[in-house]
Amino acid sequence: MTVQDNQWIAIGALDDIPRQGARRVITNAKTIAIFRTSQDAVYALEDRCPFKDGPLSAGIVHGTTVSCPLTNWVISLETGEAQGADVGKTGVFPVKVEGGRISLCLEEKQLQNA
Amino acid sequence: MLTSSRVKMPRHNDVADLHIFALFESAATALHVTFSKGQGCGAEFMKHLVSQRAKAKMGHGYMTQKLKLVVVGNGMAPGRMLEHLLDAGDAYDVTIFNAEPRVNYDRIMLSPVLSGEKSFDDIIIHDEAWYKDNGITLHMGAKVSKIDREAKTVTSENGITESYDKLVLATGSDPFIIPCPGHDLEGVLAYRDLDDTNAMRDAAGKGGSAVVIGGGLLGLEAAAGLNILGMDVTVLHLMPTLMERQLDTAAGYLLEKELESRGIDIRCKSNTKQIIGEDGKVCGVELDDGTLIKCDIVVMAVGIRPNVQLAKDAGLEVNRGIVTTNGMQTSDPDILSVGECVEVGGMVYGLVAPLYQMAKVAASHLMGPSDAGFVHTETPTKLKVTGCDLYSVGDFAEGDDREDIVLRDAKSGTYKRVIIQDNKIIGAVLYGAVDDGGWYNEMLKSGEDISDMRDTLIFGQAFQGGGAVDPLAMVANMSDDAEICGCNGITKGTIVSKINAMGLTTLAEVRAHTKASASCGTCTGLVENVMALTLGDDFKLPDVETMCGCTKHDHGTVRRMIKAKELKTIPAVIQELEWSTPEGCAKCRPALNYYLVSDWPGEYVDDQQSRFINERVHANIQKDGTYSVVPRMFGGITTPDELRAIADVADKFSIPTVKVTGGQRIDLLGVKKDDLIPVWKDLNDAGMVSGAAYAKGLRTVKTCVGSDWCRFGTQDSTGLGIKLERLLWGAWSPAKLKLAVSGCPRNCSESTCKDIGIVCVDSGYEILYGGAAGLHIQGTTKLGNVETEEEVLEYCGALTQYYRETGFYLERIYKWADRLGYDHVKSVIYDDAEQRKAYYERFLFSQTFAQVDPWAERVQGAEAHEFSPLADFSSREAAE
Repeated sequence: MTVQDNQWIAIGALDDIPRQGARRVITNAKTIAIFRTSQDAVYALEDRCPFKDGPLSAGIVHGTTVSCPLTNWVISLETGEAQGADVGKTGVFPVKVEGGRISLCLEEKQLQNA
Repeated sequence: MLTSSRVKMPRHNDVADLHIFALFESAATALHVTFSKGQGCGAEFMKHLVSQRAKAKMGHGYMTQKLKLVVVGNGMAPGRMLEHLLDAGDAYDVTIFNAEPRVNYDRIMLSPVLSGEKSFDDIIIHDEAWYKDNGITLHMGAKVSKIDREAKTVTSENGITESYDKLVLATGSDPFIIPCPGHDLEGVLAYRDLDDTNAMRDAAGKGGSAVVIGGGLLGLEAAAGLNILGMDVTVLHLMPTLMERQLDTAAGYLLEKELESRGIDIRCKSNTKQIIGEDGKVCGVELDDGTLIKCDIVVMAVGIRPNVQLAKDAGLEVNRGIVTTNGMQTSDPDILSVGECVEVGGMVYGLVAPLYQMAKVAASHLMGPSDAGFVHTETPTKLKVTGCDLYSVGDFAEGDDREDIVLRDAKSGTYKRVIIQDNKIIGAVLYGAVDDGGWYNEMLKSGEDISDMRDTLIFGQAFQGGGAVDPLAMVANMSDDAEICGCNGITKGTIVSKINAMGLTTLAEVRAHTKASASCGTCTGLVENVMALTLGDDFKLPDVETMCGCTKHDHGTVRRMIKAKELKTIPAVIQELEWSTPEGCAKCRPALNYYLVSDWPGEYVDDQQSRFINERVHANIQKDGTYSVVPRMFGGITTPDELRAIADVADKFSIPTVKVTGGQRIDLLGVKKDDLIPVWKDLNDAGMVSGAAYAKGLRTVKTCVGSDWCRFGTQDSTGLGIKLERLLWGAWSPAKLKLAVSGCPRNCSESTCKDIGIVCVDSGYEILYGGAAGLHIQGTTKLGNVETEEEVLEYCGALTQYYRETGFYLERIYKWADRLGYDHVKSVIYDDAEQRKAYYERFLFSQTFAQVDPWAERVQGAEAHEFSPLADFSSREAAE
């Protein structure tokens, strides 16, 4: 999908998130977890594990996955899908980094393969 | 001594797995075997047996008199010989006299015992049940001092005499001790048996430095082990390069560089002049050039000497060893000999493979007339210290009629040299890349003409066909005669036929029935490949208890390597120990973070992103994503002011639930993440710190009211509990750590199911540990009694530190103690004052970095990103 220019919302700086860490963006509808990997890639997922609703922003980030703090389900940061034998998916949001600033689109991404 | 009858088989190990067989039975074990049936024997032997029985009948008037076999020595070679005899189907009546006070164990595996990776139980070959089941009586600690060949009896020093019809001498060898001044000082050790290994471990536990004299296999094994245990190690070697008997100078140089890079000081061309002592104890070594090296122990590993005294006294032919025919017969037809004490064909042997061959030959001759004869073969030498794999076989001296093919890759640190004579391989030395060792050895043995492949020979087997070699295809292409297990001389054909005949499906079964990979274990991969080929889909690789899917290492190996290689960051561990994932996972990263916190206090920077959320935000996450907060109350004591502050916090932040915990604390449940910092600030202001109720670390010390109030109280249990908690708080440990102090044996604070429990008694304090009352229930085991509170603190601090340094992540103290053995823990912490003090001091040092209140730090602004959202649009959206 293409995000219109006016859909991007500035949410903060890349350096506000530690490497292999996450921060939350709170909206009335939902909380979104913004992840920064060791390679400085940034991803955005709904902050809710598809299994027991665990806050993914509190999980441990490894590679491009995060382990849920409640159940250790491993969720892909790219697709929102549970890895391994587990089945489930959480919402993925478009996010971009320009000049060290992060912008988020609050409209959920429709992934082609999802 | 033995707690179970299991016999564990060795697997791959990464450090100091020297392929050497140090068979040093001292002169003195007698084994007494009696034939009771004749099945399985040849016709000739039946005749022999009948004639013996006829003699017996003449003497005693009836036919049940049994033929007696006495064996002197209870090491690996006679042990193997007995197995062959038993396999032949005979039921024997056996009596063993063993100079060592223990059963037969795998001496190849002493180095993992030295490094702490294995326990003695792990390396037992024949446990007590084995002797019993096979009708063998074992006299341990009974050294045979006399053979009377006329009367056909042997007599031990402790007065036991046995008569024999056949005698087997397996007296092994003794370490050679250089007779320099000071060689008899306390602290001069050899490296030959379990006692030496334990002595080295004890010495290493006290820290300090060690000098190893001898840079051969055994010396380097000892040096690597002591280095891993944290000692400063210097190796003195007389020759210009290390392991000159097995390696050429180039490979010896590479090995030296590698060992030096780990902090082992290697000094070649060093000749020891004397060992210097102080008050009868070693304090240094002086070289003949005047150099002085300070040290606390000296390990002599300069060689072994066949132990021939008993044979010599009995008038048998003795040269360097006990001289035998290739049928293992000595100069007395009724006496055979096996093991390191033997000289056969002018050679004496120290590696396991030829010794096992001797065992087989001797057994065959004991079963009756046999053609079996010992044949000399080149035995490859492998040294498996992680990062310095080497392999050598055959003859590698230079000569006019010899050619060398050499490959060096300085960047990767590999070196390969193949020595050729008349277009045949006669030797090979490999360093760094040793995968082709077996292939070169096969060609060396078969005498294959290599002219057609000499251009690519040095690149290894993979290059002969063009493509990369598939290990399974390589095994498939091996002939049935190809040797898979060098230690035990087991061919591929033997393994395949046993698997098929007996329906074996697991590695453990294959080891039990064929012995393949059951000694040093380096051929385990090959054996697994043979199993995979034979069983097809029925073969499943055994589950190795690795830390997680990211690594092939188990927790013990990782902990050991972190110290040995001085790995001080998570990326360093992941890189050096070859993790299969780029940055680990949620299972291994918290474990690595703990190991590094524990091993490098003050140096390692705690990686917050590798901690679970509870330890990152210093509160316990609840099922709804809120948190619980528990302030510390030392010893379970609180005050009205503290209680008022807690009540105010609960009101101010609308905390829905306030609960008293099992550990005598107050738990505030349902705190929102964004409220954590202000909640802590209010609690801090009232003088309270984090109760660490979330930590893999010290949680609580629970107490009863003790002698202050209780009419039964014997000591001030509350006061002691407070002191213990003030000592221990802030410490991270492998898993949570909960203590209790009870004022009397009525045990109101439930000390007997805690990780560490103290029970006060009139005479002082009982220290207990290893209790559990969760999923698993078990009572504590007593560490010992002490008299003063100061001692309680020292013993508990030392015990905690020992657990911190050797526990596996998430392993509670009871599991840790079950694994190490309660007697062992007691011997280190209770019985050995020096080790206890060393652990206690390390604990105190570590605590200087750990006793910082994480709540206060965060109230001051640390890790602020954890607690506040990056952006909050909820109000703005609501306003729209």
